[in-house]
Amino acid sequence: MKLFAMESAGPNVLGANRLRMRLRLGAAAALLALVPLALGLAGCAPAGPPGTDTTSGAGSTPVVSELSGTLNVYAAASLKETFTELAAQFQAQHPKVEVSLSFDGSSTLVTQISQGAPADVFASADTATMTKLSDAGLAQGSPVDFASNVLTLVVPPGNPANINSFADVAKPGVKLVVCAPKVPCGAASTSDAASAGLMLKPVSEELSVTGVLGKVTSGEADAGLVYVTDAKAAGAKVLSIPLDLPKPTVNHYPIAAVESSKAGQLAQGFIALVTGAQGQKVLQDAGFGAP
Amino acid sequence: MTLEFRAALAARTMDVSLTVGPTETVAVMGPNGAGKSSVLQVLAGLLKPDSGHATLDGRSLFELSPGTTWLPPHARGLGVLAQDPLLFPHLSVLDNVAFGPRSQGLGKVASREAARHWLGEVGAMELSSRLPAQLSGGQAQRVALARALATDPELLLLDEPMAALDVNHAPFLRSLLKRVLAGRRAIIVTHSVLDALLLADRIVVMDGGRIVESGTTSTVLAHPRSAFAASLAGLNVLQGTLNGPSLLMDDGVLVTGRPSSVPPVPPSVGGQDGMAAFPPSSVSVFLTPPHGSPRNVFKVRVTELEPHGDHIRVRAARLSADISAAATAELALEPGSEVFFVVKAAEVVLYPA
Amino acid sequence: MPALAPPRPAAQRRRSWGYTAVPRWIYAVAAVGALFILLPLMGMVSQVKWGQFLALISSESSLAALLLSLKTATASTSLCIIFGVPLALVLARAQFVGQRVLRALILLPLVVPPVVGGLALLYTFGRQGLLGQSLQVLGIEIAFSTAAVVMAQTFVALPFLVLSLEGTLRTAGQKYEAVAATLGARPSTVLRRITLPLVLPGLVSGAVLAFARSLGEFGATLTFAGSLQGVTRTLPLEIYLQRETDPEAAVALSFLLIAVAAVVVTVTYRVPKSPLRALLAGPAS
Repeated sequence: MKLFAMESAGPNVLGANRLRMRLRLGAAAALLALVPLALGLAGCAPAGPPGTDTTSGAGSTPVVSELSGTLNVYAAASLKETFTELAAQFQAQHPKVEVSLSFDGSSTLVTQISQGAPADVFASADTATMTKLSDAGLAQGSPVDFASNVLTLVVPPGNPANINSFADVAKPGVKLVVCAPKVPCGAASTSDAASAGLMLKPVSEELSVTGVLGKVTSGEADAGLVYVTDAKAAGAKVLSIPLDLPKPTVNHYPIAAVESSKAGQLAQGFIALVTGAQGQKVLQDAGFGAP
Repeated sequence: MTLEFRAALAARTMDVSLTVGPTETVAVMGPNGAGKSSVLQVLAGLLKPDSGHATLDGRSLFELSPGTTWLPPHARGLGVLAQDPLLFPHLSVLDNVAFGPRSQGLGKVASREAARHWLGEVGAMELSSRLPAQLSGGQAQRVALARALATDPELLLLDEPMAALDVNHAPFLRSLLKRVLAGRRAIIVTHSVLDALLLADRIVVMDGGRIVESGTTSTVLAHPRSAFAASLAGLNVLQGTLNGPSLLMDDGVLVTGRPSSVPPVPPSVGGQDGMAAFPPSSVSVFLTPPHGSPRNVFKVRVTELEPHGDHIRVRAARLSADISAAATAELALEPGSEVFFVVKAAEVVLYPA
Repeated sequence: MPALAPPRPAAQRRRSWGYTAVPRWIYAVAAVGALFILLPLMGMVSQVKWGQFLALISSESSLAALLLSLKTATASTSLCIIFGVPLALVLARAQFVGQRVLRALILLPLVVPPVVGGLALLYTFGRQGLLGQSLQVLGIEIAFSTAAVVMAQTFVALPFLVLSLEGTLRTAGQKYEAVAATLGARPSTVLRRITLPLVLPGLVSGAVLAFARSLGEFGATLTFAGSLQGVTRTLPLEIYLQRETDPEAAVALSFLLIAVAAVVVTVTYRVPKSPLRALLAGPAS
């Protein structure tokens, strides 16, 4: 469902990593509610009172849910497309709820949350970053893994350096671009290379997956290591070559409500949607693995 | 061996042609906006006219038609001294003066040697290590003169060199200029009749971009033809047709006087354009028309009264009279008064235009 | 003889006047403006863990980034001077059709987001770019090299030098140049001995601005040059990367970057670089 594809056409500052978007989907969500959906509402329509949010729907239209208010979701940049869709679905189910989405690098988001940014839900692209939030006492309960991701090799269309396997990137003269080891995708690249017995000599260690993808789609690099979901989202702009590793490095995506959140029920409802069957379908359609 | 120059520039309504002899100094005078500075700029190569040519001692400075040549300023061999000394602020006095010789290819030591010589010539030797900002206006202008002379220019262009100096310092620079201009070719733009008198051999009067009068300094000041030259000379000048010992003005008034002896007016002249000149001090002012000996009487309306030395200058249109303050009070003169200007025929000099 | 002296505005303005025409409330607003810049700097400095500062900034990757930043910023400042001085001269002195358009285009990197600048460089000098393919035939590959970093920095910094120098050239006017020409100096001599010394303060401040801008360059470098330790990963890129795992190191490095920039700017502005400055500051007789 690409209903809000327009939303992703925002300014591409440092790629999607820095993209921050807000969805105000009142009317659109109401339309969406008419669409027959496989509603898995059991888990997310508790009979309790609405959240203590300040914004409240003035109208008294008959609705499926009594939840209302604003939910601030902070999610890793790689979740932009899936979470945009899930937010729309959540609002369709709860017309009085407004979901505000903020996408950025996981560690940037943790920095913002620890400086008091009004996040209710945080979805991280790796366990280590989520641990930083938990360690700071900013996460409610234990984070739950909701998706996983593995790396794949991408090459520009036409495959100029004639890369056919993971081992080919170690050939001399191949311009390989990876993530810097300090960012999650870089750590995964390092361990995947180790398990394949390869010594990688990248020409650039980018600061984000978007950086790697950009260098490959522009044809500057011969090959890059990105997540399968990034490769899938890039469509025909890259050619994907599976790593074919017996034990690939799996990156887990945990989600948690933020301790300071005042929209506890909304947060729990959204997390339930993401971890439930409906959320899983959206995620796995986008190429994510099971948690 | 002369400078021959002609230039026309429509944008400044300038059309001038001029010749300057090898050791001649020409004063270019005229009201503001007459195009005096434009002449210097064209000669220096800083302003390009539409057409014209200039030859300096047989060497072409520019020739704009048909075979176009235009020497850049640095190749013209002219010296320029402007109202503002424009000493290079980052160079010492010595290096300012040495700049020209150095640019002409002289070595550093030789250039400074030449600079010292010229600083000595203008009496500014003791300033040589100062920066321009540490000089007074008069000192700076002397250094600027030394700098202009240090290239040994074939033609010196002086653009109101004394205008920015106060009355205490102008005389010193004027006598300095008199000394260095002797035996040199120079064109000096000035507003001061004193400069013209002391420095120039010849005066060229410009107005509206054209030369309206030209002659030796003494002739122009004694027998001015243009209104500007008349005001320079401090004379009342009337224009008309010569007829024996009188001048018939265009408005029918007949002015009697004596024909000039220098230059002599040929006795045969009649019906020729001529001028009548007389100093304001020779004019008497009456409230009623006087009678008696041969006199010229002009009925005028006073336009202005102003102090002039120990007299009051009474202006009425293009005529002036200098009378005592007491007489002014007695006649109760004020702007608008209708009076008669009276001048004896013996005081009026007639000469051909 | 003060009345005689030609106008010496700067020297005279320095003298203490009993009166300044600045309303008092201006100082209050100015203070708010200054605080707006200074407070965030103080906020960052307050986060620096001074105990571990040396250890944080002396890691191999940090030192490599610092060294690379200084090297590339110096190189790009040199390029800015080499190309910026002629550009400023042409813009300030020459008269030709399209001059205004040319000026607007050259100043464009000031308003274009650096990432866009990086993309523009990529589409020009990159492998698939306008010139990149020809360059590749010649065996020149710019992407992922230190040269790419220098180009990215020059691209964003050049307008600062051109802007600063053009303003100074226009203020200085052409009178001195005309005088020098009448004294027999050829145009190149006039440029070397008169024009450049006269505008040196503007050139120096333009170069300092260009250096500072190069030092802080991030977006264009990341987009065009990539990020590899010792080759293309300059200090700003290193800071961004460190922030992922080690915010304390990032803060320490940020402080280092600011300190380097502050030292360069302050030192360059203090030393009188030209006799003109000494003269403006010095006493008049």
